Amino acid sequence: MKKSQRLRWQAAAIMTAAALGVAACSSSSSSSASSASSSNAALTASAPGITATTITIGSHQPLTGPAAPGYSEIAPASNAYFQYVNAHGGIYGRKIVYKYLDDAYDPTKTASVVRQLVLQDGVYAIFNGLGTPTHLAAVSFLNSEKVPDVFVASGCECWNAPTTYPETFGWQLDYISEGKILGQYIAQHFKGEKIGYFYQNDEFGQDGVKGLNDEIPASSVVSKQSYVTTNVNIGPQVAALRASGAKVIVAYSIPAFTALLKLGMLKLGYNPTLVVSDVGSDPITLSGLLEAFAKQGGATVNGNQLTNGIITDEYLPALSSSDSWYTLFKMIHDQYEPKAPLDGNFFYGMAVAYTFVQAMLKAGRNPTRASLLSAIEGGLPQGPMVAPFAYSSTNHLGVTGAYMGTIQNGVVVQQGSVLTTTTDATSPITPYTGTEEQAPASGIPSP
Amino acid sequence: MRTLPRRLAVAIIVAAIVVFLSIKLNAFRDFQIAEIATEVTAVAGLTVLTGLSGQISLGNGAFMAIGAYATALVLIHLNWPFYLVLVIAAAVTAVAGAVVGVAAARLRGPYLAGATLLLGVSLPSLALAYPGFFGGEQGLNVVFNTPAFLGVNFPLTRWQAWVSSLVALIVLVLLANLDRSRIGRNWRAVRDNDVAAALDGINVAAARVRAFVVSAVCAGLAGALLAIVTGLVAPGGFTITLSIALLTAAVIGGLGSLAGALWGSLVIVLVPVYVTDVATSHGLSSSVGANIPIAAYGVVLILVMLVFPHGIQGGLLRLISAFTGPGQKSRIRRTAPTRHVTPSADQAPASQHEKEGTS
Repeated sequence: MKKSQRLRWQAAAIMTAAALGVAACSSSSSSSASSASSSNAALTASAPGITATTITIGSHQPLTGPAAPGYSEIAPASNAYFQYVNAHGGIYGRKIVYKYLDDAYDPTKTASVVRQLVLQDGVYAIFNGLGTPTHLAAVSFLNSEKVPDVFVASGCECWNAPTTYPETFGWQLDYISEGKILGQYIAQHFKGEKIGYFYQNDEFGQDGVKGLNDEIPASSVVSKQSYVTTNVNIGPQVAALRASGAKVIVAYSIPAFTALLKLGMLKLGYNPTLVVSDVGSDPITLSGLLEAFAKQGGATVNGNQLTNGIITDEYLPALSSSDSWYTLFKMIHDQYEPKAPLDGNFFYGMAVAYTFVQAMLKAGRNPTRASLLSAIEGGLPQGPMVAPFAYSSTNHLGVTGAYMGTIQNGVVVQQGSVLTTTTDATSPITPYTGTEEQAPASGIPSP
Repeated sequence: MRTLPRRLAVAIIVAAIVVFLSIKLNAFRDFQIAEIATEVTAVAGLTVLTGLSGQISLGNGAFMAIGAYATALVLIHLNWPFYLVLVIAAAVTAVAGAVVGVAAARLRGPYLAGATLLLGVSLPSLALAYPGFFGGEQGLNVVFNTPAFLGVNFPLTRWQAWVSSLVALIVLVLLANLDRSRIGRNWRAVRDNDVAAALDGINVAAARVRAFVVSAVCAGLAGALLAIVTGLVAPGGFTITLSIALLTAAVIGGLGSLAGALWGSLVIVLVPVYVTDVATSHGLSSSVGANIPIAAYGVVLILVMLVFPHGIQGGLLRLISAFTGPGQKSRIRRTAPTRHVTPSADQAPASQHEKEGTS
C-alpha cells in the first residue's frame, strides 16, 4: 500500500507543479454582460440571439496562454466600445451583450467554446474570433449551423471563400496584400540589398511570404527562416540570417517572436534594417515584451529605443491626439476600461467593434442572420480604417490597404500615402486617393 | 468470470442512460457527453497504467495525437468507415506504445515522468516539421457526418455522443476484465514490489510494456474520438496541458479505478465550463475572470487530495462502507496489493539490478 500511496503523492506533486506553471503563464480577462432596460414594442426577437432588448454575440479569444500577451486586450476593448454604444441608445434600442470565452489559443478548446456559444448560449453571431489555427477549428461548424462569423481577427486569405464559407468575413488587411505592400516598399527602398525572411510557419507567415515574393526579386532573397510558436529558441534562425549577410530582414511574426528576433540580433551584434508585419509590430506591446524578455535573461534594455527604426505598415490611424478616432477611442477607454494599456491592440478592438455596430445598424431594425450577411456584402463605410473595405458577394476579405511607417519613440510615423491592392499577384499597388473618414461626434456610426 | 455479465449489464444500463440524456438534453450537452466520453477513454487507459502497473505517464496526450492524426489521415486519404478507422488508430498507437513502453519499462517514478513528458512535449511538433503531410499548425480538418439511415434531421452532436460513448463503454468493459485477469494481477504485483513479482515468476518488463501498450491504445482511441468530435486535428490541441489534464482526471477520480476515470472526466470537462459561467454571470473583474477556471482546477485538485486521498471513487466507497458496515470494506482496497500471482515460465527480469537504486 505504501508504494501506491507514494505514487499518488508523486503524481499529485507533479501535477500541482505543472498546473502552477500553466497558471503562471496565463493572463487576464473575462466577459461581461449588460442588463437590458427599456423595451420597444416594434422590436421583436427576429433571430436567434436577438430579443426585443438585447443582441447577444460571442467570441473565442486567447485570454490565457501563449498568444495572450497583447491579444487579450482586444476583446475587453471591443466590449468597452459596446458598453459605450449601449449607454448611448444601443442599436435601435437593443443592447449588445458580448460574451467572449477563453480558448487559450488551443484549437480543441476553440471548437468546444464556439459550440457552447452557439448551441448553449444561442448567440446571434460569432464576432472577431481570434487566430488562424484556432478559428479554422470553428469555421466549418459555424457555416454548417448558419451562424454569421464576422470580422475574424486574422488576415488569413482562407476566410475569403463566399461559396464554401458564406457566413465568414475577414476584417483586417489580409497577409498577402500586406506582403505585397511591404515587398514593394523593400524593393523600392533597398534595391540591390540582400534580404532575409523570418516568418511564422503557418498560413499567416506563408501568406505573407507569398505577397512578399510577388514584389521582391527572388535573386535578392538570401535566406528564408521560419519559426513555430511552440519553440521560443530562435537562435539558429537568427544566426543563419546573420551568416547570409542579409541587410534587411522582413518579419512575419507575432509580437513575442518579433521581440525574440530583435533580442537575438542584439545578442549577435547584428543590426540589419527590420521590416515587420503589422501583426507583430505594435510599438507599445513590443517595447513591453522586449523589456520583459530581457529581464528574464538578466539584462536591462530600453524597449522604446530598440523599436526605433522598425519599418512596418498600418491599416488603422496612428495613435496620435490629432486623430479624431484616437480622441474618441481614448475617451471611451478612459471611461470604460481605464486600466487597460491604450495601445494598438486596444485600438484594434475598438475599431472592429465600430465596424460591427455599422453592420448591425445596416442590417435593419429587426435583423435576421441573413440580413447581417447581406448588409456586409452590400459594402460598409470604412470607419476608422485608412482604406476602404472590399466586402461584396464575391469578396469576404476586409480592408484593402495600409500605409507604410517607421516606429519612432513608440509610435508609428506614416511614410508616404495609403496604398491599396488585392491578393491577386498581378494586381497593381495603387495609392489610395479617397479621404479618410472622421469619427462621428456622437461616437456612434449613423445608420 | 462471474463478473462479466454484471459488467455488461452495467454497461448496457449506462448506454441506455446516455441515449436518454442525449435525446432529452440540448445539442451542446450532447457535445459535452461526447467530450466526456472521449476523456473517459483516455483517462481509463492512464488510470490502469498508473494505478495498476505503477507507471506515471505525462505523455498520453502524445498518444492521443497519434490516434487523432491516424484518424484524420485515414479519413482524408482513404475515407474508410469509422469502425475501421478506430482499428487503425488503435493499431498505430499500440505500436507507438510498445516502442515507448520498452524504454519506459527501464525507468521509475520521476525519471519515467520526465521521459514521458519529453514525449508529450516533442511529438506534436512533428506535425510542424512535416506540414505538407500533417497540415502544420493549421492541422487537418476531419469531416464526420451522421449516417444516412438516421435521416437528415438527426443532430450530429447526438450521433457524436453515441459513437464516443459506445467506444468509451467498450473500452471500460474490456479494461475491467483485464483488471481482474491474470494480466491485471501481474500489474499489481509489479507495482507493489517488482523484485517480489520477479521472484514470483512474473516477467516484470513485459508486464510494464503491456500496460503501456494498453494505455496507449486507449489514448489512441480517445484521439480518434477527439478528431471526429472537434472536427480538427492540430498540434495546438495536444500540448502538454492535455497530458497533465488526463493525469489530473485520473488522480481526482481515483487512481486505478475505472469508475474514477468517469468521475475525473466529469470534473475536468464540466467544472471549467460551469466556473466560467458563474464567473461571467457575477461580472468579475476582467483580469480575474479568465484565470478563475485554472484556479478552480487547482482548488478541486487540492481538496480531493486532502479529503479523498483515494480520489472521488475512493471517497464514495468509503461513504458507502460507512453506511453498510465493515463487511463491505474490502472493496475500498480494490487497488491494494494482491499476492495472488500466477507463476509463469518465462521470467527474465533483466533490468532488476538497475532498479534497486531508484525505487
